[in-house]
Amino acid sequence: MRLNTLKRHMRESMKSLGRNGWMTFASISAVTVTLLLVGVFLVVMFNMNHFAEKIENDVEIRVHIDVAANEQDKQALRAQIEAIPKVKEIRYSSKEQELKNLIKSFGEEGSSFRLFEQDNPLSDVYVVKTEKPTDTIKVAKQIEKLQFVHKVNYGQGQVEKLFSTLKVARNVGIVLIIGLLFTAMFLISNTIKITIFARRREIEIMRLVGATNGFIRWPFFLEGLWLGVIGAIFPIVSILVVYYNIYKFLEPKITVPFIELLPLNPFMWQISLILLIFGACIGVWGSMMSVRRFLKV
Amino acid sequence: MIEMQDVYKTYPNGVVALNGVNVRIKQGEFVYVVGPSGAGKSTLVKMIYREEKPTSGTIMVNGVNLAKLRDSKVPLLRRHIGVVFQDFKLLPKLTVYENVAFALEVIEESPKLIRSKVMEVLELVGLKHKVRSYPDELSGGEQQRVSIARSIVNSPKIVIADEPTGNLDPETSWGIMDLFEKINNRGTTIVMATHNREIVNTIRRRVIAMENGKIVRDEAKGEYGYEA
Repeated sequence: MRLNTLKRHMRESMKSLGRNGWMTFASISAVTVTLLLVGVFLVVMFNMNHFAEKIENDVEIRVHIDVAANEQDKQALRAQIEAIPKVKEIRYSSKEQELKNLIKSFGEEGSSFRLFEQDNPLSDVYVVKTEKPTDTIKVAKQIEKLQFVHKVNYGQGQVEKLFSTLKVARNVGIVLIIGLLFTAMFLISNTIKITIFARRREIEIMRLVGATNGFIRWPFFLEGLWLGVIGAIFPIVSILVVYYNIYKFLEPKITVPFIELLPLNPFMWQISLILLIFGACIGVWGSMMSVRRFLKV
Repeated sequence: MIEMQDVYKTYPNGVVALNGVNVRIKQGEFVYVVGPSGAGKSTLVKMIYREEKPTSGTIMVNGVNLAKLRDSKVPLLRRHIGVVFQDFKLLPKLTVYENVAFALEVIEESPKLIRSKVMEVLELVGLKHKVRSYPDELSGGEQQRVSIARSIVNSPKIVIADEPTGNLDPETSWGIMDLFEKINNRGTTIVMATHNREIVNTIRRRVIAMENGKIVRDEAKGEYGYEA
């Protein structure tokens, strides 16, 4: 395409943004509201996924070894566990070590457990990790049946509940977002329809004198693009500002080991880019929907 | 050259507009298409620039069969055909110059070429002194001249005119007809659908008379032949 032509298309698309002032405003607002919600949802979703991954990686099976087991029995048990498929890693932790960890995890108040150092009630433990977090339950069941296994612990129930809650929240969110995206697209396609209507004489003449459909379509394509991109600016800026402040405020205060917010870089770049692309796609799609109907030869 | 063979056209609402039309128009001819309203004049004329597709039959224009022409090729066909209408179809927010230049801009001609060609045709139609005027500042005849200028600015081989004098008073109409003759003398084929009996009977050219979708008469230097 010639540079002059591109300039012409740009000019035409800008002109009709101004000419349909209120519709332009309505479409941009629709995109803004939609993308703001999409953006908030994405931020929450990405962070939840981040927690979930952390938790998933934390899931491990603790195999309490029967006190009756001697050194040889322990070695045999280890070999048996290692033989189970999908076991990735096995680590031994003596009961003295376990007690130390326990005392440490209680911090100040942990000192009251020191009494147990004389007569340790804990058992020696094998800590087993599976290849995939979802294999945990199956592997745990198998280990339970082995000899010299006193008890198997893997955070039964809680982990599953967390995951299913996350999944429901995600699905509800996605349905909502899709509804909003369609609303915005609809509004944009209506704006473009008005633009086309205002220019139908011009289009008629263009077609009479032999302008190609591609040429006629360009200004509308650009107009839709502007609507989407302009609509994306406010959501991107506000999400950047708000997330930045939340991050700076909360990050030092969070002490729970597996909960942490996604770091600003590259997460903020990703969110901005996603919102911009969403805006552009809504705009272009909405505009192309109405142009297609008007441009049948 | 335009050649139609057994052309039939039935509109989706069931109206039969063309009922077996056979016609041959040579390069450089001047042809009137006459007939009562609803006889199929407009449809016949629209077929030539592929505004309508025939239901059956073949239409050859400049060696291309329009019945089989793909939609995407229609713009290229139209760059070789100029069209003039009763209602001028000018853009009110553009000046005379811009209205004519528009036809070249949208087919992406170079700005230099546009300027020289536009000035050339505006001189031909006698409106060189009004390039900066807007259509609503012009008389009907002048507006029609602008639209004729636009139709010939990319040097088409054929000019189609659908009732070009329909909105003009008789005196102005003669001026417009002079212009069409001038264009015809440069070797451009002209096909004009018209109701103007006086013009057809005075400027004698080939006349194709239509009734009920059929050509009922085709004479060189013919008469209008209907009571007005």
